[in-house]
Amino acid sequence: MQRAGARQEELSRHPGPAGEPARGGEVVVARGLTKSFGDFVAVDHVDFLVRRGEVFGFLGPNGAGKTSTMRMVSCLSPVSGGELSVLGMDSGASGPAIRARLGLVPQEDTLDLELSVRDNLYLYGRYFDIPRREVRDRVERLLEFAHLVEKAEEEVDTLSGGMKRRLTIARALISEPELVILDEPTTGLDPQARHLLWDRLYRLKQEGVSLIITTHYMDEAEQLCDRLVVMDKGKIVASGSPRQLIEAHSTREVAELRFGVDENAAVASKLTELAERVEVLPDRVLLYTEDGDEAVQAAHCLGLRPEASLVRRSSLEDVFLRLTGRSLVE
Amino acid sequence: MSSRSALAAGFRPPLGSLSAALFGRGRARRLVERNVVAYKRRWWILATGFFEPFFYLLSIGLGLGHLVGRLELDGRLVDYAAYVAPGLLASSAMNGALFDSTFNVFFKLKIAKTYDAVLATPVGVGDVALGEVTWSLMRGAIYSFAFLCVMGAMGLVLTGFAVLCFVAALLVSFAFAGLGMGATCYMRGWQDFDYVSMASIPMFLFSAVFYPLSVYPGWLQVVVSITPLYQGVDMIRELDAGLLTPALLVHAGYLAALGILGLAVAARRLGKLLRP
Repeated sequence: MQRAGARQEELSRHPGPAGEPARGGEVVVARGLTKSFGDFVAVDHVDFLVRRGEVFGFLGPNGAGKTSTMRMVSCLSPVSGGELSVLGMDSGASGPAIRARLGLVPQEDTLDLELSVRDNLYLYGRYFDIPRREVRDRVERLLEFAHLVEKAEEEVDTLSGGMKRRLTIARALISEPELVILDEPTTGLDPQARHLLWDRLYRLKQEGVSLIITTHYMDEAEQLCDRLVVMDKGKIVASGSPRQLIEAHSTREVAELRFGVDENAAVASKLTELAERVEVLPDRVLLYTEDGDEAVQAAHCLGLRPEASLVRRSSLEDVFLRLTGRSLVE
Repeated sequence: MSSRSALAAGFRPPLGSLSAALFGRGRARRLVERNVVAYKRRWWILATGFFEPFFYLLSIGLGLGHLVGRLELDGRLVDYAAYVAPGLLASSAMNGALFDSTFNVFFKLKIAKTYDAVLATPVGVGDVALGEVTWSLMRGAIYSFAFLCVMGAMGLVLTGFAVLCFVAALLVSFAFAGLGMGATCYMRGWQDFDYVSMASIPMFLFSAVFYPLSVYPGWLQVVVSITPLYQGVDMIRELDAGLLTPALLVHAGYLAALGILGLAVAARRLGKLLRP
C-alpha cells in the first residue's frame, strides 16, 4: 500500500502543537487513568505512555482491565478518573476528532452482516466522510492487503474466522489512522492465520503506524511488542521491553525437571540451593537459574534422577505467570 | 487546546455538544447511505411492505364497500373505499416506519453489533438515532407515495389537497419511526416485540381507519383520539376531503413532538448502552 503520501497529507491537515505531537513524541499519555462500573473498579489508576511509531502491548489475564483501557483510549467509553490524552487531544473533549484519526480492531468482529466484504470496507470509510472515489481506491488496496480480493462480493457470514479478522483489521485501516488499537487480534485463529496477521501488523509498523495490542499470547507479545505492560486486577504490575521484563522478573534460563507426580513436592526441598527460585507444579519442578545445564548436573550430583529434564530460555510466559499467578482466572 | 484541535479537525465547538449528543453531528446521512447499500441486495423486501395496505383497500374498501354503500363525509356522499383509503394511507405510513425502526434496529443493536462498529468512527450516537429514524421515515414515505398513487389511479382521491396528504403521511412516519426506535432501544429480546404487535394491531383496527370515531361512547372516543395513528388518520382524512382546519396543526404538532421525543430517548439510551 502506498501510505506515505497520504500520511504527509494527514500531517499537513492537522497542524499545530496541540493536534499533532512531534515525531517521536507520545501518541497516548495516561495518568492515574481509572474506570469504574458502580462499585467495581476495572482500571485502577494506571499510568502509561505510548510513543509514536512503536508497538505497545497490554498483557494480562481475563478481567485484568485491558479491554476497558482500550475502550477508553479509543474514546468509546468515558474516563472515570485521571487524565487521558490521545494524539495530543483530551479524550473527554475531543472524542470524535480522536476517533477520526484512530483505527480500532475490537475483540469481537463487529462486521456488518448485511453487507458484502467490499461494502463493509466502503461504508466504513464513508463513516469517516472520506470522498467516494478515494474510498473506492483504498478499498481495492485493502482487499489486497487483507488477501480478500476473491471474497470481495461475498457476504461476511461465509468467511472463515481468519478472513473475518483480516477484514476487521483492513476496515480499521480505511481511514489511514495514525494509531491502531487491536484488542486480542489473533484469539481463536489457527497458526497460519496468526502468522499472516503478524506479518500485516509488522508492515503497518514499518509504515510508521503506532500500534497498541492486547493479547494473552506471550509469543505474540514477544514477537510484536517494542514495549509492554502487564496488567492484573486493574493495575499495571510491570512494564518494559520483553527483554527487560524477563531480566527483571525471571532468570536467563529455566530447567524443568519431572520426577513423577507424587515425587515432585518431596524432591523440591532438596533443590532450593541449586537455583535462584524453585517452583513446584503438579507435573514438574521449575528451577529458575542463569545456567540451566549446570543446575541439572548439580541435581544429578545430589543423587536425584528426574524422569525427564529440559533446559530452556526464560520467556515472557514465565514473567507473566510469576506476576499474575497460576491460579485460573474466571 | 482541545477545542482548537477539534476545530482544526472540522468539528463543531462545545456549544453544539448538547444538540450533537441528541441529534448527531451531521453524519446521520452515513447511516442512511449504509441502509441504501444494504437494501440494494434485498430490494424485494422493501416491495413486500406495500402490499398489505393495498390488499386491505381491495378487500375491505372495495369488497366490504359493496355491502356498506355510500356514506356521508363532511356533508358529501362518498364511496366506502374513498372513506377507508386515507386511513389505510396513514397505517401504511405507520407500518413502513415501524419495519426498520423496530426489528432492524434491534438486530443491528443487539445481534449484529453493527452500531458498536459504527461508533468507533467519528459517527456519534445522535447520528445513529437520527440516521435510523430518517431511513425509517424514508421507507414510510415510499409506501405512502405508492399507496397515494394507487388511490389516485382508483379514483379515491377526493380533492386536490391530496398532495398535502403525503406531507401528513411523512409526519405519521416520523412519529412512528421515533417511537419505534425509542422503544426498541429498551427491548431486551425478540419476545419484547410482541408489545409492538400488541400496540400496532389494535391501533390499526380501532383508530377510526374503517369507521368514524363517533361510533364509540364518549370516554372511548377520548382514549382512541390520543393514539398517534388516530391523529394521523384524522389529519389525512380531513386533508383528502379538502378541509383545512386548525385541528390539522394540533395533529401535526402532536406527531412531530412524538417523533422528536422518540429520537431524543433513542439517542440517550444508545449512549448508555453503547458508551458505558
